[in-house]
Amino acid sequence: MIDQRKKHNFKLYNIIIFIVFVAFITALDLKFLGDDYVRRVLSLAAIYTIVSVSMNLVNGFTGLFSLGQAGFMAVGAYTVAIFTVPLEKRAAIFYVVDQNPVLAQIHLPFVVALILGGLLSALIAILIGIPVLRLRSDYLAIATLGFSEIIRIILTNAKSITNGALGIKGIPEMPTMWVFFGVMILSVTLIVLLINSSYGRAFKAIREDEIAAEAMGINLFKHKVMSFAIGAFFAGIGGGLLASLLGTVDPKQFYFTMTYNFLLIIVLGGMGSISGTVIASFIVTIGLEVLRFFDEPLTLLGFNIPLFRAGFRMVIFSALLMILVLFFRNGLLGQKELSWDMITSWFNKKTLRRKEKGGAL
Amino acid sequence: MKRKLSLLLSLLMIFTMFTACSKQGAGTETSNSDVIKIGVFEPLTGENGGGGLQELDGIKYANKMYPEVLGKKIELVIVDNKSDKGEATTAVTRLIEKDKVVAIIGSYGSGVSIAAGDIIKNAKIPAMGASCTNPMVTQGNEYYFRACFLDPFQGRVMANYALQQGAKTAAVIMQNGDDYSVGLGNFFIDAFKELTNDPNCIVDVSEFQVNDTDFNAILTNIKAKNPDVIFAPSSATTAPLIIKQARALGIKSLIMGGDTWENPSVIEVAGADAEGIVLSTFFDENDPATEEAKKFVEGYKKELAGKEPIIPAVAALGYDAYLLVRDAIERAGSTNGEAIKDALKATKDFEGVTGIINFTEEGDADKNIAVIKTVKGGQFVYIDTVEVK
Amino acid sequence: MTFEIFMQQLANGISIGSLYALIAIGYTMVYGILRLINFAHGDIFMMASYFMVFSMVNFGLPWYVSMVIVIIATILLGVLVEKTAYKPLRNAPRMSIMISAIGVSFLLENLATYLFTGVPKGFPDIAILTQAISFGNISFSVATLVTPIITLILLYVVQFITNKTKIGMAMRASSIDFETARLMGININRVISTTFVIGSGLAAVGAILWGSKYPSVMPLMGVMPGLKCFIAAVLGGIGNTTGAVLGGFILGMAEIMLVTFLPSLTGYRDAIAFIILIVVLLVKPTGLLGEKVTDKV
Repeated sequence: MIDQRKKHNFKLYNIIIFIVFVAFITALDLKFLGDDYVRRVLSLAAIYTIVSVSMNLVNGFTGLFSLGQAGFMAVGAYTVAIFTVPLEKRAAIFYVVDQNPVLAQIHLPFVVALILGGLLSALIAILIGIPVLRLRSDYLAIATLGFSEIIRIILTNAKSITNGALGIKGIPEMPTMWVFFGVMILSVTLIVLLINSSYGRAFKAIREDEIAAEAMGINLFKHKVMSFAIGAFFAGIGGGLLASLLGTVDPKQFYFTMTYNFLLIIVLGGMGSISGTVIASFIVTIGLEVLRFFDEPLTLLGFNIPLFRAGFRMVIFSALLMILVLFFRNGLLGQKELSWDMITSWFNKKTLRRKEKGGAL
Repeated sequence: MKRKLSLLLSLLMIFTMFTACSKQGAGTETSNSDVIKIGVFEPLTGENGGGGLQELDGIKYANKMYPEVLGKKIELVIVDNKSDKGEATTAVTRLIEKDKVVAIIGSYGSGVSIAAGDIIKNAKIPAMGASCTNPMVTQGNEYYFRACFLDPFQGRVMANYALQQGAKTAAVIMQNGDDYSVGLGNFFIDAFKELTNDPNCIVDVSEFQVNDTDFNAILTNIKAKNPDVIFAPSSATTAPLIIKQARALGIKSLIMGGDTWENPSVIEVAGADAEGIVLSTFFDENDPATEEAKKFVEGYKKELAGKEPIIPAVAALGYDAYLLVRDAIERAGSTNGEAIKDALKATKDFEGVTGIINFTEEGDADKNIAVIKTVKGGQFVYIDTVEVK
Repeated sequence: MTFEIFMQQLANGISIGSLYALIAIGYTMVYGILRLINFAHGDIFMMASYFMVFSMVNFGLPWYVSMVIVIIATILLGVLVEKTAYKPLRNAPRMSIMISAIGVSFLLENLATYLFTGVPKGFPDIAILTQAISFGNISFSVATLVTPIITLILLYVVQFITNKTKIGMAMRASSIDFETARLMGININRVISTTFVIGSGLAAVGAILWGSKYPSVMPLMGVMPGLKCFIAAVLGGIGNTTGAVLGGFILGMAEIMLVTFLPSLTGYRDAIAFIILIVVLLVKPTGLLGEKVTDKV
């Protein structure tokens, strides 16, 4: 009885939190709150959430070690960049090598380009996945890493399509932050639904024990390719959003160390926890901005503290990844999801203990 | 235990986030008081870290010499763009939104400047590039100015010089992935073709990737074609590798580069092989163009205190960029972005370290002088000042 | 294309290939025993280059003394990495160890950027290695000539250790079956440490020879060679030292020949390694000299 009423309350809490969140973002969006800098960082965090959750689907839920997120994002970002830049601006951008005459005529609406980018990423993922996913998972790591390098090399060399090293600028900006947050909510919801479906259970079974899963009649290869391709799709979407947030893309942005950001996020949030990943995405993105003061020389009482100088932030960042994986391998939430039970038990351990006792009686 | 720790950790992080937000609020209040903030975004790490630091030193020195404007102290807010376009856009947004700077100086490397251009334009905050030479930086952006000459000009200067030396054929090596290198290389090709009236004068065009270290294969191909000059605009990181490997392969052609080569690390790494290379640059300490330049050379030599054997041209440009901005704020009489921009536009015969500066319609420094240097006895040596119409 | 130019390119290919081979041995040995892609290997190579710069430029030691110091320091670093980042995770899921490996690699890169700045440092000139020699129109440095020789000698030494010594036998046993080897009383930690000693030592030698040819030392210099050498190891058959050397030579040669015969595709040079990887995985996942590994249930 009591439990039920509590659950009801929790539902109410959920709704309240959701409304507060929506109100907060709307207030930011309508410029009642914050400034462009805050808006930019939060939008970036929303994009990072999409990509990290997609990476967690592959790495955390299916147990495949993929490091190709930067490459898939590049595909999405370039698709959006190539097709959404206004036609009249293109000659000025492609000023060294002319744009491919066919592409130069095509202009797509943002949404179409975004989805196209995601689909292209997924297609490429299937093409890589077919040879590699049959092998042990280590090869996937190096093959995906290699793939994201190949993508970068192709982007720098296929000048008539991508403008090579010069990159593409003038990608139309989004009028509202809701583009990023809307897509984020939609993507996360879709991935959560997927994970709770029979496919999701199959993914988890593969993660826990491939051989047992196979014995249970799960087609390993099919499910691995599926998880990998879906992960790539959302990474591509994230890349497309990043392109429109930054307004400019170039190959160097998608250096494979970018993937390490997402790796840190999913390790921090917990491999196999969606809510953990969402929280970690915001913590890491905002944290990286806040930690900027580490890169600035600090003078205390007239003494220059030599520790603080350019590059210190990234040292902390990478050390944090090491510490997490060595000592807190479960991250914030491990494989669990954030729930009200968890929160109440954290804040009120005594109650929990009493309840446990009660249960035993 | 672990659970408690991680809870603590996350609470701490959330807490820092809030404090960061509240600090931001406090920041806006103080911005109207007794300091004027000028933002500096330079690559302090990453592949252009070396040049960025040199440029920053010049800017800092200028700030030391001229610390005030309109009776207020000028505070430099320095951010690292890590030679990365994504970082650059966030860094510039931060300067504008969080630090509320009135103007921005930077950046070494044209790519990052181009990336930040739109943000600067939309925020209507004037920016002054010190050494970004790619035309796209200021194109269609009335808020972006620069204190240096442009790649087409530099490419033409080098093509001219090659011709004067009797060169008939040239090979070009460019860094794929670098706006500066690709831009300058292509402008050189155009100018050389035009000057020699020979469409086949460029015998080889090769590109290499970021962080490449092995140029033997490209250079062997070039050796087979035996060009009179090799033009290889590239970062100071790559330059000595190209030079050394070319000489080890027995290539005797004249090797030329752009302004980035005027960096002591080129000589340090390439050693004896650096002898005889030719490069163009913005400034020569032995031939100060103005009174300000004499003062700067004297003072900055002391400031460097032997840290670097010569004054890097980018430091001089950084110094000029700062002075130009300061001068514009002075003349505008306010810290309003629009007013500073108009004042910058109206700059007339400004006496900088790198010459007399006026701005063109696009906001580029209207300079027609470049300095050509070579390496002799382990030192950069002045050869000529070239004027091109 | 003249014969001379072709020979020159051949020399270039052998030279870069033997450098790849030296680094690839370290990868293949660690993978053979721990089944771990040691992502930090390339960065250990990078640190070895910095050690050389410091001992020769900052401390002014002669090159032969520096060489010994650098090899010892690099070995210590390699073992330190193993002890701190890999050993605590020996029973953890595979993915955690891989993340740890990436973490170490990223940490070393960022640490180097922070401590030594991104500005490249000149690799000290070792006169006897950098001298240019020429045969007719073909010329190259002494380093180009001696690198393949040193690589082959070191390969022989490694083979001797693994095939003829007691610790070598333990290494082979561990690479076949880690758990059983442990049960048979083999001190697994000693075996792993020895592996890291050999791998890091070879990386140090590689770094010295690399530096004499490409004298620029920077924090990210180990990334690309690291990835490529792992691929060379996969190409040769992972776990097989001879295979790693063979893979290194093939990879080096493939890169140079692409530039020689298809100069318009020079930009795709770095992609070659990854294309080779995908092809190998498709056609012969065990590599050229590798044996078929069956997954244990």
